[in-house]
Amino acid sequence: MTLRPDPTFHATAQLAMQAPVENYGFTVMLSPDGAQPDGIAVVDLDPESADYGRIVHTLLMPYKGDEFHHFGWNACSASLSPLSGHAFLERRYLIVPGIRSSRIYVIDVKEPLEAKIHKIIEPEEVFAKTGYSRPHTIHCGPEGIYVSTLGGGGADGTDGPPGIFIMDCETFEIIGQYEMDRGPQDKHYDFWWNLPQDYMVSSEWGLPPQFENGIVPEDLLSNKYGHSIHFWDLRKRKNIQTIDLGENHQMALEIRPAHDPKKSYGFCGVVVDTTNLQGAIFTWWRDADGTWQAEKTITIDPRPEQPENLPPLLQGFEAVPPLVTDIDLSLDDKYLYVACWGMGEMHQYDVSDPMNPELTGKVELGGIARGAKHPGGGDFAFGPQMVEISRDGKRVYWTNSLYSSWDEQFYPGQDGGQMVMARVGENGGLELDPDFYVDFPKGYRAHQIRLEGGDCSTDSFCYPNV
Amino acid sequence: MTALWGAVVLSGVYHGANPGMGWPLAVSAGLMEGRNRAMLNAIGALAVGHLLAMLAILLPFSVMSAMARWQTEIRIGAGALVIAVGIYLLLNRRHPRFLSRIHPTKLALWSFLAAMAHGAGLMLVPIYLGICGLDVADTGHDAARALMGQNIASAFLVALAHTLAMTVAGGVIAVAIYAYFGLKFLSHTWFNLDVVWALSLVLVGALGVYFALRGH
Repeated sequence: MTLRPDPTFHATAQLAMQAPVENYGFTVMLSPDGAQPDGIAVVDLDPESADYGRIVHTLLMPYKGDEFHHFGWNACSASLSPLSGHAFLERRYLIVPGIRSSRIYVIDVKEPLEAKIHKIIEPEEVFAKTGYSRPHTIHCGPEGIYVSTLGGGGADGTDGPPGIFIMDCETFEIIGQYEMDRGPQDKHYDFWWNLPQDYMVSSEWGLPPQFENGIVPEDLLSNKYGHSIHFWDLRKRKNIQTIDLGENHQMALEIRPAHDPKKSYGFCGVVVDTTNLQGAIFTWWRDADGTWQAEKTITIDPRPEQPENLPPLLQGFEAVPPLVTDIDLSLDDKYLYVACWGMGEMHQYDVSDPMNPELTGKVELGGIARGAKHPGGGDFAFGPQMVEISRDGKRVYWTNSLYSSWDEQFYPGQDGGQMVMARVGENGGLELDPDFYVDFPKGYRAHQIRLEGGDCSTDSFCYPNV
Repeated sequence: MTALWGAVVLSGVYHGANPGMGWPLAVSAGLMEGRNRAMLNAIGALAVGHLLAMLAILLPFSVMSAMARWQTEIRIGAGALVIAVGIYLLLNRRHPRFLSRIHPTKLALWSFLAAMAHGAGLMLVPIYLGICGLDVADTGHDAARALMGQNIASAFLVALAHTLAMTVAGGVIAVAIYAYFGLKFLSHTWFNLDVVWALSLVLVGALGVYFALRGH
């Protein structure tokens, strides 16, 4: 507890954009075969520093096989909420779940170069207190820390639906399930919300047997992965509406609401349309009468390719699907970044008019049957995947691994972890910085990035821009 | 007497300035709807909730204080209760999580529960009992019923005066941030009052006990 609010808490997204820029990034280090423990890499992002663009500290876990994926802060700008103000918490701990082990680490990064483990929550406690498994996305919100899960109970995570649970934001005790009425929701992936308007939106990937040992082609072709998004009354903990995006829109993953809480819209990325291999972005919004709507506003076409250049999984299609695996929205709600992990491209769309996005920038890097090199000369394994934008919107960072077992299926024989950065032009446009190229230690892949002081996929703002 | 009424008003200013009693909600309401009117409505709703919370605490004491014979005991007991709540809040620094379950538009309910959870009404009790005690001394030994009526009336007066001061203080800060200073000042003016607040309860309770023992 502090006497004044943490200086990295901002009332509005606008104020967050004007705040000092990031000096450090925290990136997940994943040992894909579990041979080494997973960890967190601290990357120096201060251009004035002698170690700029290097891993300056690594914190490895005491266990192996956790499979780190997403993670988040214990507290963010949501702590300035006028209703449940916890203004005197510190943004100090990273909550890092293992999606294979269901273990949760609380890591103290007050001194980034001396990052240390503060608490470990063992899987048995997660199972016993929540009935869920495979914790994934973290958001700090009104009742504490919210954690989405990918699995229900039982060994294979199919005993009951997955959902969200809540942790205490000071003691990190698990409190219990979030949902009081989940309606038709039976799969889970991402979630985010608008705190003053009191709604939450959640999405669907698939159940653990559908992803843990690799993508199941039969399930994909029979449209058995998630294709709905759910709208919730946040404080009543009740599913108020479910929108089916159409069963061909397989894997509705990242949910990105507008950061300005006055706006009632956002985006959702769909990995693949099984009718034509397109990647897609849906815009969702609330009508004047309060009902939710969603419409496809971006489609990205697959690229034709000779079968012999393709992995066995794709040979029958003679094309490289874009595979939209991550999206991120800048704090001014202007640019949406779309990672096309299959094709090896990062797209930038101007979404000032959310119903009519415009492609304003594109970078090619890696990619199936392409393997575009980094302008600095380095290799880039797989394709652009987890993307994070600096608060001021001028730098876009990304890494390359999707999920251990899926990497092998789409990019057989490849390995390695890289983190790169692209600069955003004054009027849009995107260009890779040839000097920023972080190659991860041998045997490690890179996944989600969090920026010191908050970024574009952590903080929820409680006051509108003015 | 003036000092006690001064304390009623001062405690109102103090509560109003505490962000925990809701002025940031008024700013947020004004900005979300983009109209001054929405902020004024919010300030009004917060005031109603606060007033009800004050009455909910003071009225039972006004009934009790009619038992003029036990006046000293009641005042000592009330003072001890306020001290105990202050110490509890000092030791238990956790925020009441149930407040975050309330819908953002139910401001009067939120304000009522926030005031109850923080013991805002209790802070007034020793002051209020002091005022009732003075009345007893001034009027001699009235019939219990008349005394009770009088005490209930002063409970309303104390709650109204306090809430008015609270609303003006919170309202001034909310309007200043909304109209002049901007949201940057929201985090600048937000101080952690948890400890000070708990200590205030202890202090007010102790003063209540002290004056009760001294016979005012």
